[in-house]
Amino acid sequence: MSVRVPDNHVTSHFNLTARVLHWSMALAIVAMLFVGIGMVASLSLRPALVSLHRPLGIAILLLVVVRLLNRLRHAPPPLPTDLPHVQVLAARASHWLLYTLMFAMPLVGWSMLSAGGYPVTMFKGFNLPPIAPHDATVYALLRSAHTWLALLLFATVLMHLAAALYHAWVRRDAVFASMATGPHADSAAPDTMVDEADPRASES
Amino acid sequence: MPDIESATAAPDRHRAWLALVAIALIVAAIALVFAWVAGWLTPARVTPQRFTNAIEAGNGQVYRGYRRAHAKGVCVAGYFEGNEQGATLSSARLFAPVQTPFVGRLSIGGGSPYGLDNKARVRSMALELNSDDGQQWRMAMNSFPFFGVSSVQAFFDQTRANAPDPATGRPDPAKQAAFARAHPEFARFAAWAKSAPWSTSWANTTYNGVDTFRFINAVGEQHNVRWSMQPRTPFAAMSPEQRAAADGNFLSEDLDKRLAQGPLLWDMVVTVAQPGDSIVDPSQSWPEDRQHVNVGTVVIESTTPQAAGACRDINYDPLVLPTGVQGSEDPILAARSAVYSVSFNRREHDIASGETDAATGKVVSKEATP
Repeated sequence: MSVRVPDNHVTSHFNLTARVLHWSMALAIVAMLFVGIGMVASLSLRPALVSLHRPLGIAILLLVVVRLLNRLRHAPPPLPTDLPHVQVLAARASHWLLYTLMFAMPLVGWSMLSAGGYPVTMFKGFNLPPIAPHDATVYALLRSAHTWLALLLFATVLMHLAAALYHAWVRRDAVFASMATGPHADSAAPDTMVDEADPRASES
Repeated sequence: MPDIESATAAPDRHRAWLALVAIALIVAAIALVFAWVAGWLTPARVTPQRFTNAIEAGNGQVYRGYRRAHAKGVCVAGYFEGNEQGATLSSARLFAPVQTPFVGRLSIGGGSPYGLDNKARVRSMALELNSDDGQQWRMAMNSFPFFGVSSVQAFFDQTRANAPDPATGRPDPAKQAAFARAHPEFARFAAWAKSAPWSTSWANTTYNGVDTFRFINAVGEQHNVRWSMQPRTPFAAMSPEQRAAADGNFLSEDLDKRLAQGPLLWDMVVTVAQPGDSIVDPSQSWPEDRQHVNVGTVVIESTTPQAAGACRDINYDPLVLPTGVQGSEDPILAARSAVYSVSFNRREHDIASGETDAATGKVVSKEATP
């Protein structure tokens, strides 16, 4: 575990907290995107899906707070030094975008329901307080924002997935492993972080 | 990709291209599933948006800023007073001997905010009740005693069959006849619409929940129920001549007069299902001998025009329910919830865009002034 690694030390892997949060939130966010697009398009499943969508969204909001704190306290592993500049920029920008949207989506959803005059029900008998005025104009703005930001989040998640698989299967560098496994899993393997040498090249 | 072309040997280049194709296929597959869930790949699937489009088409035009159904109505305010009889069926705070304030709406069926009261067969009452335990109960009830059709598809087909023919501006009788043949349960509704007497007021009309809900009491016992708001104001029938002579806005004029003299009352009467009574089909009435429980009183004290009233920006979604009440497996209930949401989103967007002065009361259009 990288808890023992000082903050300014260059690590090869995300710490355990980051990895657990990443994969559980990945599952939750993808589920939310499908639940969200499904519930607004269904004449039968809406009630069940809406009552799942609200508490899951707030759960993601709580998790992303923990995640951001962890990220600020523990620097992520550096990207490969030979990664083209454009890809470095794309990686940085998409991570910023993902964090922004992970905060924005639940907050926009919560304020949208407030502005629409809806109770923000987590489970029967427990409602969150409204965080926006009950107002048609505010509601209309937030309702549209929720849809467009969701589509942007879905596109960003797909690009993030494509980039992760590109690192794993095409570049075959250490980027995917830095989130997929702990440092012990591949401690015997050559350090592919700098000046990639494909360990499997000699097999063929 | 530059590093594929230059930095790797031929077999690796082959492998890298295969990997790229695999990645593209994975991403495309996920995007396709998403698009399918969204309904974008299946134009024939009835979604809440397409259902609302059909309602708008049936209205002949889009009345911006108004509800897409039951567009004409007034806001009302008052309270519900429970009598504790409901506590045996449901733990909802509403049934305690307390006053629960509500923002409500009385309306007529139809998609036009300028519809004529004396031509509207259906009237309705909607309530948003805010209990002192912080919970909310929204109800949307109608003057018909049972629903016209038994399935969501039939509901959609009915909406389309009643849409005006562009050539004549009236519904196509052939389409309506075809709909009635395909959905024999509709005959009972048609008979009700034709023969049931018209009451003279919103105040002496009975409003029925029609759909089935599930009540859960404090010890967890469940009962399938339906309910009605039965007026204390004595029923008085309108003759066809009276109706023909009545003003197009007579309901709101009558309501103003009655409320000037005092509040208007309804008893909330809950009907408890027996095994075998249909839960999933709101077009089927339950036998008359079922247990009826009077659980409290709806008291309307005041009314305001909807353009500036508190009810305008409320979606009376019948599935906003407190502890002690759940929706049932009745598919019409879930469909209503879904379509009301789309209707609400559209009218709030209309209002936000400022395209709809009459609906918000900023400027009274010529049409809105009688």
